[in-house]
Amino acid sequence: MAEIVLDKVTKRYGDTVAVAEFSLHIADGEFIILVGPSGSGKSTVLNMIAGLEDITEGELRIDGERVNERAPRDRDIAMIFQSYALYPHMTVAQNIGFPLKLAGLDKAAIAEKVEHAARLLGLTPYLDRKPAQLSGGQRQRVAMGRAIVRSPKAFLMDEPLSNLDAKLRVQMRTTISRLQKDLGTTTVYVTHDQVEAMTLGDRIVIMRDGVIQQVGTPQELYDRPRNLFVAGFIGSPPMNFLPGELTVDGVRTPLGTIPLGSQMPRGTVEPRRVILGIRPEAFEDAELMRDREPGVFYTGTVDIVESLGAEKIAFFDLGAVEAVRSEHLEALSRDRGTQDMAAESAQLTVRLDAKSKAAEGRPLKVWFSPESVYLFDPDSGATLTEHVVAG
Amino acid sequence: MSTRAPARHARRRISEEKTAQRRLALWLCAPAALIMLLVTGWPILYAVLLSLQRYDLRFPDERAWVGLSNYAAVLTDPFWWNAFWVTVVITVISVAIELVLGMLLALAMYRTLIGRGVIRTLVLIPYGIVTVVAAYGWRYAWTPGTGWLAGALPPGSAPLTEKIPGVAIIILAEVWKTTPFMALLLMAGLALVPDDLLKAASMDGATAWQRFWQVTLPLMRPAILVALLFRTLDAFRIFDNIYVLTGGAADTGSVSLLAYRNLIGGLNLGIGSTMSVLIFLTVAAISVLFIRAFGISAPGTQGERR
Ligand SMILES: Nc1ncnc2c1ncn2[C@@H]1O[C@H](COP(=O)(O)OP(=O)(O)OP(=O)(O)O)[C@@H](O)[C@H]1O
Ligand SMILES: [Mg+2]
Repeated sequence: MAEIVLDKVTKRYGDTVAVAEFSLHIADGEFIILVGPSGSGKSTVLNMIAGLEDITEGELRIDGERVNERAPRDRDIAMIFQSYALYPHMTVAQNIGFPLKLAGLDKAAIAEKVEHAARLLGLTPYLDRKPAQLSGGQRQRVAMGRAIVRSPKAFLMDEPLSNLDAKLRVQMRTTISRLQKDLGTTTVYVTHDQVEAMTLGDRIVIMRDGVIQQVGTPQELYDRPRNLFVAGFIGSPPMNFLPGELTVDGVRTPLGTIPLGSQMPRGTVEPRRVILGIRPEAFEDAELMRDREPGVFYTGTVDIVESLGAEKIAFFDLGAVEAVRSEHLEALSRDRGTQDMAAESAQLTVRLDAKSKAAEGRPLKVWFSPESVYLFDPDSGATLTEHVVAG
Repeated sequence: MSTRAPARHARRRISEEKTAQRRLALWLCAPAALIMLLVTGWPILYAVLLSLQRYDLRFPDERAWVGLSNYAAVLTDPFWWNAFWVTVVITVISVAIELVLGMLLALAMYRTLIGRGVIRTLVLIPYGIVTVVAAYGWRYAWTPGTGWLAGALPPGSAPLTEKIPGVAIIILAEVWKTTPFMALLLMAGLALVPDDLLKAASMDGATAWQRFWQVTLPLMRPAILVALLFRTLDAFRIFDNIYVLTGGAADTGSVSLLAYRNLIGGLNLGIGSTMSVLIFLTVAAISVLFIRAFGISAPGTQGERR
């Protein structure tokens, strides 16, 4: 167990900067998630903590001690790789026991610890097998076993679940979460999957092009994204973005004029271009609302409805309205491989109660509160609204 | 029952398909196999036939079938056994040195980031030179009076005319020439070791030395065995280096050289063929030994040594 401090850590490969002035204070026992699009430097950060990559500039401290120059084996940190990196010529027991054997423990002690780790992970029946004779999930657990067996100061995990199918991934997510809570070991976890990020971590670090965008609890990032990139990254389905104009009496948008909410900056006489963001879950079907709360109504023709049982997701095609273009959002859509974010005309996604009568090709009236609207600066991408934390 | 029948049916169809594929494969391989048989099989068979006859071109009239008596003659001949042990010594020592040097070279070539192309080309130069040409180079180098290496020895010594120094120089020439080949094969083996595994080992607390012995080497085992097999077979048939360097003087000849002397020099087809057949049998035995070792050590196989 350890406290890990990254102080303006920078990594350069020749002229390219992979990680720029990364500063983060990871508390003892904390579960930190690193997320970001491909190439944003997540693995590089992890490898620098591990000691597998040299730190170009800045300082890395574990328990207050500078460890920049220490070899991986002297940092007492365990790592789990996306490929699992099991030794194919060793049995499961030998794989799990390898760190102990290297540490010079005697055979009896190794056997006992391996047994214990195997029991914890349900691997006891497979101890004599070779990795090639295991399923993906079992291999993953062997990799976990090898990490926990020597009670290291910290765990580093680089997309450990991305090679598993969806169901197994959910299962292993719970296993990891439970193990980390039981052991209380500081953990840094890299993932692409935002559901993993939201459910696993105490705090999330969002990275882009080697720069930290925002650090915070999952709820903080969801409620108060600091910029367009974070707002678009967190949340599923992602936040809707529409072009808008901020004026003295409200925001003019393709959905109509939205009155100024308490979180919005005061409008100026000269209208100002902004990007408007609304989460799909901020909408309600107007028909289902009991009392007429103040807010904005929008009526449009539903393009597609996806019924998920507990809820319905409806898509509007805003036709003539051009989709918002921003370099901050392009990085996201590239990573997600989604076309609709890069579509020609703007789209609106709304998340409705299952009781909604929304149907494809039929008009639908939806409601949203001006308080749930986010505004972003189109150039810098910075958030212009100031949301108060809920509850 | 009813659900099982289609499954069995499907399985049968799959196996039928497999048999058909196998048959096609056999037909496709057949022409090549036939030519191989004609080109290599006939000479082998002919050599075996010759080895069973008394057949000396100097006395062609005395040609007769003598059964295995040629084998008895060769196997009781001290010259044969001397040549045999010299060959074994040359093979074992040169292959062992090549393995170590080749591994070092392979590691150097694999790990260097700068000037990779240049280093790989430089290393391969000895292998690109014709053996006989290189052998002459070594011979002149070790010839007293003219050679640059002989000059470093105490005056009056002529290493190529003595047994142990002669064999040592033969081994040196052999190692110099074929280490690059070994390094190349081993480098292919190094590429078999995933980077993640070495990273995982360093995280698990392994030093560079431990990573090499406990991760890299075991994973490279198949490649090492192939390299060893190739080189052992090659080294056992050594001929040109010895022919040029010592000519087999001072009991430094190999079995191949001895067979050649009997066949071409002595014109004794019977004895020469007997020796050739014995060399062939030894080489075959070495191959079988290695392939057996393979069968046991191929990764993923059951019953692998723990
Ligand atoms: N050895 C290297 N030499 C040069 N550039 C590198 C090297 N390794 C990584 N980079 C660059 O550093 C940046 C960050 O890479 P990194 O692997 O940390 O990304 P990542 O966030 O882990 O991406 P992914 O999600 O695809 O794994 C990338 O732009 C990459 O091209
Ligand atoms: Mg990565």
